[in-house]
Amino acid sequence: MAEIAIRNVEKTYGKTAVLHGITLDIADGEFLVILGPSGCGKSTLLRMIAGLEAITRGEIAIAGRVVNALEPRERGCAMVFQNYALYPHMTVAENIGYALKVAGLPKAERERRVAEIARIVGLEAFLARRPSELSGGQRQRVAMGRAMIREPKVFLFDEPLSNLDAKLRVQMRLEIRRLHQRLQATSVFVTHDQIEAMSLADRIVVMNQGRIEQAGPPRLLYTEPATRFVASFLGAPAMNLLPATIVAKDRARMADGTEIALDPGRFVVEIGQAVEIGIRPEDVLIVWPGSEGAHALEVEFTEDMGSSRLIHTRLGGMGFTVLQAAAQIEAEGTLAINLPEDALHLFDAATGLRLRRTGATVGVLASAAA
Amino acid sequence: MRDGSMIERAPILNAVTHVLMIAGLLIAAFPIYVVFIASTHDLPTVNRVPMPLWPGDHLVQNYATVWNKSDFGAKMINSLIVATGVTIGKITLAALTAFSIVFFRYRARMLVFWAIFITLMLPLEVRIVPTYAVAADVAEPLRWLVWLFGLELGIAPINLLNTYTGLILPLVATATGTFLYRQFFLTIPDTLVEAARMDGAGPLRFFWEHLIPLSRNNMAALATIMFVYAWNQYLWPLLITTDARMATATMQLQKIVPGPLFGQPPVWNEAMAATLLVMVPPLLVVIFMQGAFVRGLVATDK
Repeated sequence: MAEIAIRNVEKTYGKTAVLHGITLDIADGEFLVILGPSGCGKSTLLRMIAGLEAITRGEIAIAGRVVNALEPRERGCAMVFQNYALYPHMTVAENIGYALKVAGLPKAERERRVAEIARIVGLEAFLARRPSELSGGQRQRVAMGRAMIREPKVFLFDEPLSNLDAKLRVQMRLEIRRLHQRLQATSVFVTHDQIEAMSLADRIVVMNQGRIEQAGPPRLLYTEPATRFVASFLGAPAMNLLPATIVAKDRARMADGTEIALDPGRFVVEIGQAVEIGIRPEDVLIVWPGSEGAHALEVEFTEDMGSSRLIHTRLGGMGFTVLQAAAQIEAEGTLAINLPEDALHLFDAATGLRLRRTGATVGVLASAAA
Repeated sequence: MRDGSMIERAPILNAVTHVLMIAGLLIAAFPIYVVFIASTHDLPTVNRVPMPLWPGDHLVQNYATVWNKSDFGAKMINSLIVATGVTIGKITLAALTAFSIVFFRYRARMLVFWAIFITLMLPLEVRIVPTYAVAADVAEPLRWLVWLFGLELGIAPINLLNTYTGLILPLVATATGTFLYRQFFLTIPDTLVEAARMDGAGPLRFFWEHLIPLSRNNMAALATIMFVYAWNQYLWPLLITTDARMATATMQLQKIVPGPLFGQPPVWNEAMAATLLVMVPPLLVVIFMQGAFVRGLVATDK
């Protein structure tokens, strides 16, 4: 069992606070992705788990043992770095086997383990090479092999795919997922790429400015973002967010007078409340011009994505994108759309929190589905 | 291939560059050529004005004379011991101090760094008198310190005059190597240190298994510089050795120039032969280390 418990962890550099009281439980064998923009503190949190950064306040426990005062080597974690951090003066075999050498394992045993790991990560043919003679993807594999050979309780990934080209990234993503299924080790993966997060995670933690915005399974974060930040960060193309004011129980009005119908049963709002209405580009319905409740939009330009088409328009003076299945009719000139009431997300403009059926704002869903 | 196309478009400039380069080489090489010519003639021929510029037939004789007369075999061995000692001592000291300054965070770190750095401005020649005083009795400063605390321990004097230790130690204590190593260590990415920590390597292991292998080229560059520097030392060995058995090769050169008797002309042919002989070991070191030396100074190869 290698569950990780993070309790009220804070990090400050001098007077600058980087993390403000993070509490998070990571289950044994879970694949957790920490997602957030650069500077949100996600890497700092990971490095604190690894033991590379001191914990200013709070406590981190791995497998029930508080590790605050332990050296990285005593924590049973292995880490894959963004720039791989391979030892340039060692061969692939020496790189992979280095941890075992430090641990004092006999040479024969070491060689056997290195060969085994090399087979798993597909590097048997490259064992005698230096890192400088490898491609980006191969270096990534060496870094993974080096982490795997110690059979760690916890795998830590610090944006390991961001130095790879797009195609390789997708491929390595699948390999990491496959590896996790096979090893079932607790994994914490830090990234700023929401697609990576969605595809890899059992659970995603979205961080912003040193705080957890929301934690939960990818699907939940996608369909029910707890905050405007999560809504805008997850999903590509990004969710449309339209600032508006509630003018009636079932109606919001944008600055230029455009009115958007709301389902009064889904949200309890106050008249005059400033909100942001969110709708994902794929949830927008394209309808016949002149249908009831349809908005007529000027098409600015379209992007053909192969399997679909992205139509850029403006609604109420705001940029607005519509995702259209490519098979549908050509969209040119004007486009009539409908905003299905059950696909709308509503956020309080001041707090950024999601407005719910109850009318109460829902706070951070930390460890909602642990 | 910008450079290539530049050359194609400027054949005249290219030719001029080459002429300048060859002229520079000739200017640099000519004195050495004269030294060589002078070492191949007998004394009357060398002293003729103008001196001939073609080799004479006394080459073997001059070299044999000077080698035996001045006991260069023993002197060269002394020089070799000193130069090797300085080189090894310097590299060890430089790598360790730079390791401490770059990879550890302690209170007086920057103070230590600046203290070392400032010694760059104090070459041996500037601090030669106090250095001599220390070499004459290493225990003196210690005795002084003890006396400051009102004690009298009767520490025996430690005399380093006429010893290899005395010849080597003051030359080791300079900041150049530390500075070179510091600059190199600063280029090592933090994640490499962290990866080693994650793999369980402690500071000493990191030093031996990562920093030392990675700094091979720097080491070669520093070794070359230090060997030549120590080999060419003149003032310090002259000052600290009174025993002819401890004399170094460069010191011996000076003793050859005047003639055997006062008023006689200097024996230039033998002096020049000796000069060339003394130049050989550092030259061999430079030739042998050249590749690594250049890579170490350019420091792009990591």
